[in-house]
Amino acid sequence: MMIKILFFARLQEEIGKDSLNIEKAGLTVNQLKQWLEKEHGLHSLDQTMAAVNEDYADGSEVLKEGDTVALIPPVSGG
Amino acid sequence: MNKEKRFEVTDHPISTESVIQKVTRRECGAITTFIGTVREFTDGKRTLRLEYQAYKDMAEKMLEQIDKEVQEKWPNAMSAITHRTGTLEISDAAVVIAVSSPHRKTAYEANEYIIERIKQIVPIWKKEYWDDGSAWIGDQLEKTPYPEGNPPKGANDD
Repeated sequence: MMIKILFFARLQEEIGKDSLNIEKAGLTVNQLKQWLEKEHGLHSLDQTMAAVNEDYADGSEVLKEGDTVALIPPVSGG
Repeated sequence: MNKEKRFEVTDHPISTESVIQKVTRRECGAITTFIGTVREFTDGKRTLRLEYQAYKDMAEKMLEQIDKEVQEKWPNAMSAITHRTGTLEISDAAVVIAVSSPHRKTAYEANEYIIERIKQIVPIWKKEYWDDGSAWIGDQLEKTPYPEGNPPKGANDD
């Protein structure tokens, strides 16, 4: 079951791409972060916010088929 | 009414005048405009240029959410916000916020509220380029989740 993951700022540079499509629906946001740390070498994701379909999400939110998950490092606009 | 979007993330230079026009209306007696510009020196360290990156669709949605908060706090205020992305040079405008209201106090207060909230919840990131390197700015040690999409205050007070 596919979900799309979006990377920004430092995370985009760390992983070397701006998005990833993976078959990980059914995981929680926190489980997805742990998987990304383990499989893709990203770090400090426990300190990174996530949004699911453009709304900030809790770590316990379960990902569904077709969801877009954005990993959001601390923002610094303005 | 202006047909342009009142809440916009763009990679083009911002026209301050056009942002102001979006909130100009007959019932307002005050319009405050905040222009956030690229600063050359921060604590003695020289910035050469900045790069802003945004999660554009969500960022525009969060700007609209901030406007909803403003409407609740100051029902007579109307806001327009444009944030720029891409490479910016010193003194370029990164963000322009215009607020109109019948009286000036509301326009001042709501405008300050908006820039504080942008720094808390709008998914836009700044990369600083110095003589000796570059870095994405942000408190990477921030551990507190954002309940209701409200990150803790003061995390990026820049």
